[in-house]
Amino acid sequence: MTTSSTSPITRVYVSRDSAATSVGANEVADALVLAAAAAGVDLHVVRTGTRGMLWLEPLVEVETPAGRVGYGPVSPADVDGLVAAGMLDGVLDGAGGHTTARDHPSYLGLVEDLPWMRDQQRICLARVGVTDPVSTTDYEAHGGLAGLRHALSLDPQQVVAEVTDSGLRGRGGAGFPAGIKWKTVADTPGELKFVCCNADEGDSGTFADRMVMEGDPFALLEGMTIAGYAVGASEGYIYLRSEYPDAAHALKEAIDAARAAGWLGADVLGSGYTFDIHLRIGAGAYICGEETSMLESLEGKRGMVRAKPPIPAITGLFGKPTVVNNVLTLVSVPTILAEGGTKYAELGVDRSRGTQVFQLAGNIARGGAFETAFGISLEKLVHEYGGGTRTGRPLRAVQVGGPLGQYIPADKLDIPTDYEAFAAADAMLGHGGITVFDDTVDMAHMARFAMEFCAEESCGKCTPCRVGSIRGVETIDKIVGGVDPDGNLALLNDLCELMTDGSLCAMGGLTPNPVRSALLHFPEDFTPGVHDRKEAAR
Amino acid sequence: MTITTGTAGNAGDLSDLVRSAVDAHRAERGPLLVILHEIQERIGFVPPDAVPLIARELNLSRADVHGVITFYKDFRSEPVGRHSIELCRAEACQAVGAEALVAELEQELGCKTGSTTSNGAITLDQVFCFGNCALGPTGRIDGRVHGRLDRDTIAELLKEKSR
Ligand SMILES: Cc1cc2nc3c(=O)[nH]c(=O)nc-3n(C[C@H](O)[C@H](O)[C@H](O)COP(=O)(O)O)c2cc1C
Ligand code: SF4
Ligand code: FES
Repeated sequence: MTTSSTSPITRVYVSRDSAATSVGANEVADALVLAAAAAGVDLHVVRTGTRGMLWLEPLVEVETPAGRVGYGPVSPADVDGLVAAGMLDGVLDGAGGHTTARDHPSYLGLVEDLPWMRDQQRICLARVGVTDPVSTTDYEAHGGLAGLRHALSLDPQQVVAEVTDSGLRGRGGAGFPAGIKWKTVADTPGELKFVCCNADEGDSGTFADRMVMEGDPFALLEGMTIAGYAVGASEGYIYLRSEYPDAAHALKEAIDAARAAGWLGADVLGSGYTFDIHLRIGAGAYICGEETSMLESLEGKRGMVRAKPPIPAITGLFGKPTVVNNVLTLVSVPTILAEGGTKYAELGVDRSRGTQVFQLAGNIARGGAFETAFGISLEKLVHEYGGGTRTGRPLRAVQVGGPLGQYIPADKLDIPTDYEAFAAADAMLGHGGITVFDDTVDMAHMARFAMEFCAEESCGKCTPCRVGSIRGVETIDKIVGGVDPDGNLALLNDLCELMTDGSLCAMGGLTPNPVRSALLHFPEDFTPGVHDRKEAAR
Repeated sequence: MTITTGTAGNAGDLSDLVRSAVDAHRAERGPLLVILHEIQERIGFVPPDAVPLIARELNLSRADVHGVITFYKDFRSEPVGRHSIELCRAEACQAVGAEALVAELEQELGCKTGSTTSNGAITLDQVFCFGNCALGPTGRIDGRVHGRLDRDTIAELLKEKSR
């Protein structure tokens, strides 16, 4: 991958991630090609995933002998000037004597040395932003397949044991130990078993699954294949939400390439083990992220939640034993197998082992994905790495764990990121999404929205969720409208209790989280007229 | 997402279309959603007349097929406008002004979210999250996701479309 000093080719890296292209990365890549041609430079543009420093996108990285030098954010209009100033000369500090590109405001220096990159422990994101996502050569050259090769040299039970030893817990929200789930599937007899990857990532404020699927899709395929081998499954399904067409594209390319390379199919890496993976696209239903609803949807039905038991590990897809895991759970597996479960377990705190990909979203100055061992405080993520609000106004609330997570007020962010510590602080870590709001947020509106979202996305199976959420919207409207506020507040609390206790799944069961936390921490917003005052402040 | 200008044409065309979509995926497990996506991909919506045809091909009841189509937001039973604007209304985009943007756009286009302008040119819709939550407000315009949207950028993009 390194260019020799005699090579006349200049290599630059521009992300093809959909966050980067949403702010013009394709146009920047095109402009670079044109500018290089005009300057007579032999340019090779590699389209990678994103580094996750999304506030710097479009980010352009130029390969130099010292490493990759970054410029960002770069607009198409900047490109000619940067090229003229010597951006493509491939020297870090003007040692060639003529590059003034480093004086440009977008000049960042060596990307790996930026605090945001340097301070991470990237396991799931190790290759994301570095390699060509669909190049099998790049994948192997950067450590890919080491986990699968090792797994195939072990007995399936030993593979399950490694995952158990690693302490890996499900990254999809509930935090269930992956090893225990795998063991249940492995111990359940059956000719036909499945591995289903939950790639529905419907939570607002989360995008790490997408980033990995677009930026390093082989890692997911490798993790699923290891899971399949461990439990005795022959088929894998990825259930991907339809809002992610670029991820679908990357996964399709990767599956084709993996089949062609013999990584998937009748004889995986010559081991005699048979495993293949199919990609399925959802159809715009948040509830299909709930695992039993997802299974119904994969079977081609309405995504109605199933009662548990039976659990999917025993009676899952088409009634067969099924592993259901989140993208990041499965993407953590190759490293665990390559380096050992106990090594992985050295990272993290208490019962939260390994790394989490935190996602900084919403009104945040430096938004993006930051992977580090569990335990780092929420405060540090939001203020030190995230840089506070994007608007520069005072931070007022943070919602962690998606639409079903609590709102945490600005003065209570000093919580270590650890499943149990969050639970003790009456909060939820969920999928690691952190959504920041400034002081213009109207918390009664956000509470109302939580109920509205639940009403919109409920599968409709149980009354507390289906009807309770609609009543919740009406009741909040009455409270802020000044209609018997005390009576209606009491009613809202009852309603929340009913939904918590009487719902079949966490959709209805956890919707009271954002509502109650908003009421608890921001009662002043539930008074008549507050909405207009907020509007005026904007 | 496909933008459609036409309709499904006559009944014979429709049954050919359904049969070929079903045949393309018959061997897959639980293929109904895959088939519906295929039909919508080709003509932009799933015509109500296709329901009994799909049901017959897959040996399902009409109610089963209809139930699936109505459960999922993606499946449409009628064609949409020539262009589509879908704005994210989920929390992270709300934190950077998505609600105001939706209101402005409704005002400007003179149509509510979930409907099409009277001249059939633009369909305005809402989505809950595109996974672009650090660069909001986010929207999808004719199938392409754009970040850091504001009224001016949307107007600019629309102007390019109407040329
Ligand atoms: C309403 C609802 C939505 C969910 N959405 C997702 C999702 O988008 N992705 C996901 O991995 N898990 C989601 N889950 C959690 C899954 O039900 C399940 O716990 C998870 O896929 C198991 O995988 P893991 O153990 O690897 O986390 C959701 C749960 C609920 C109740
Ligand atoms: S809580 Fe809501 S989403 Fe969950 S099963 Fe009941 S109705 Fe369906
Ligand atoms: S909340 Fe708008 S893209 Fe995620």
